[in-house]
Amino acid sequence: MQHLLWLIPAFPFASAAVLALVGSRLSRRAAAWLGSASIGLSALVAILTAAEFLQAPPAGNAWVQHLWVWMDVAGFRPEVAFYFDPVTLIMVLVVTFVGFLIHVYSVEYMHEDDGFARFFAYMNLFVAAMLTLVLANNLLLLYLGWEGVGLCSFLLIGFWYKEPANVRAANKAFLVTRVGDTAMAIGLFLLATHLHTLDIQELMRRANDQWPVGSGIAIAAAALLLGGAVGKSAQLPLQTWLPDAMAGPTPTSALIHAATMVTAGVYLIARTNALFILAPPVQLAVALIGASTMLLSAFSAIAQRDLKRVLAYSTMSQIGYMFLALGLGAWSAALFHLMTHAFFKALLFLAAGVVIQAMHHEQDMFHMGGLRRQLPLAFWSFVIGGSALAGLPLITAGFFSKDLILWQAWSGPNGNGWFWIAGLVGATMTAFYTYRMILLVFYGPAKKELSYKPGLAAAIPLCTLCVLSLLGGYVDTPPDFGGVPALSNFLNSVLPPLNEVHIGPITEIVTAICASAAFVIGFGFAYFVYAPWRRSEPREDLLLRLWYSGWGFDWLYDRLFAAPFRFVAKRSASDRVDSIYGGLATLTDSISMGLRVTQNGRVRWYATGAAAGFIVLFAVALFVR
Amino acid sequence: MLNLAVILFALGLIGLLTRRNLIFTLMSVEVMLNAAGLAFVAGSYRWGHPDGQVMFLFILAMAAAEVSVGLALLLQFHRREPTLDSDTASEMKG
Repeated sequence: MQHLLWLIPAFPFASAAVLALVGSRLSRRAAAWLGSASIGLSALVAILTAAEFLQAPPAGNAWVQHLWVWMDVAGFRPEVAFYFDPVTLIMVLVVTFVGFLIHVYSVEYMHEDDGFARFFAYMNLFVAAMLTLVLANNLLLLYLGWEGVGLCSFLLIGFWYKEPANVRAANKAFLVTRVGDTAMAIGLFLLATHLHTLDIQELMRRANDQWPVGSGIAIAAAALLLGGAVGKSAQLPLQTWLPDAMAGPTPTSALIHAATMVTAGVYLIARTNALFILAPPVQLAVALIGASTMLLSAFSAIAQRDLKRVLAYSTMSQIGYMFLALGLGAWSAALFHLMTHAFFKALLFLAAGVVIQAMHHEQDMFHMGGLRRQLPLAFWSFVIGGSALAGLPLITAGFFSKDLILWQAWSGPNGNGWFWIAGLVGATMTAFYTYRMILLVFYGPAKKELSYKPGLAAAIPLCTLCVLSLLGGYVDTPPDFGGVPALSNFLNSVLPPLNEVHIGPITEIVTAICASAAFVIGFGFAYFVYAPWRRSEPREDLLLRLWYSGWGFDWLYDRLFAAPFRFVAKRSASDRVDSIYGGLATLTDSISMGLRVTQNGRVRWYATGAAAGFIVLFAVALFVR
Repeated sequence: MLNLAVILFALGLIGLLTRRNLIFTLMSVEVMLNAAGLAFVAGSYRWGHPDGQVMFLFILAMAAAEVSVGLALLLQFHRREPTLDSDTASEMKG
């Protein structure tokens, strides 16, 4: 299978091309089959490849497939080549498998939409770009996939482009991530000029040989790459685009803005980990960014009314956990959480899609209620996905991955009590907003008639993701519980392992007990405030309003960047030079308005003109000598 | 004779400029053409040169062609509009 790596991104890419070119002529059934089957085939190839890889791990723990040389300029020779190692394996499996389930679900969700084929073309192109990103052997090809997923994100957020708000959200997402992408591009230039290659493995080797730990150049390169990761993964300070990105169709939110694309930043940092190890201040910044994003967006999630925005803030918060883990050197824990998060967050988004469709596209949770008996499938999906998100101890995937991060936030070489406490506070908040959401949507009196019941194409992905959200954590259970950390061992064959240096008063068991306590506190508090018989209308006060607006970052950026730009643009639009050209245009305009009057369409008027002109010419010829 | 040509031309021009009925417009154009022809004949007579009379034959032939085209246009126009008023044909005004 090692020579068939190229097939994994090729299937979705080919079907995206077909759908884009002749999609409007295909029937819905054909478009749905083509769109989903391509991802299914891709997933099949990925599973077979992974199985072969696991059976007989190759030397160096990686397969490389060279396809062709992209360009060859003055010694700079990036190839189109795919690299397959344990990290890629996890990412490819998550992208293809979760992507396939979401495509199947979309067949039902988008059933009545006019842009059915267009939707599948964009989604397939996204999966192709995402697979290019994770399979890329060099940073240039990775950047191609990186921009490709950004483009598809833009296209899918603005999928219903007739609504101006959606277009604005798409533009915002594109522009804000562009800030990070520009930083990343500069980072690539820096690496290419100093180390003369962009091949990731070679780059890491040369960086290790040539740059000492903490050298300025390593710090600059790592910081620039971090900029790209922060933009794509919606972390502070470039996080403002993600809540607005919920304007897209719900399967899009599930695939792009929860399970895969937004975790590309985590993948990038894990992939270039050697560079970050060379730059300890940047690595600390990663941890700080992760911890603060986790806390700030968890508080924001508490105050939201829109079901999808709660999930968006929750996504930012969970990616914050991953960044925290990356910053502390817990590389495999970050990828573990990435995987479980992809399962349960995709599940939550798809279930939210069912709820929203059943509620006549109502998204305000305070207008919902009592859906527990009406939509049992969505209810159980929410309970399972939400419990995994909140970390229900021992039986959900989210508990194990979050617990590992918390434990390593203490025990790792960079770990300390503050990160540990921040993680626990985040876990409490997570449980609180998750159960607030479930209590608001599914309990209490029913408020509306349903307009939709989920069919088979929605039920199969939901059930599969439910199973994964419950069992996905058992691939890596802590030794202290008598388990086997299989995934960590597997990933640590290519990622630097974490040395547990702090084994002080807090042990793994204590961490697990504290995490369970955090879950119970969050759950109990949510029940205390939002239980059906206590529920009241949402309160309005300054703090809640601040959280509702995402800590006012939109307002701040509008004042800091947009307003001065608008001011300068307005000033420069009315300066002297401009008034010359503007004056010319006005002059031409008024002359043409004057001349227009003569073209009145009356033939006698034209004859008069011709006669008068002739008389004038005749007079000139006669009398002017 | 040249004076007569001038008077004829002026009459034709005034008719062209004042009448709105397309048949009269066409007739005025004919009058003007004939005035021009008369001027050619007058010139030919004055200088004893045959070119002017040859030119009049050309004008005659052209006038016949012009009238046939003009009448065909007029018929088409009348089929589209129940009138012969030239001012109604002003859809192309700026």
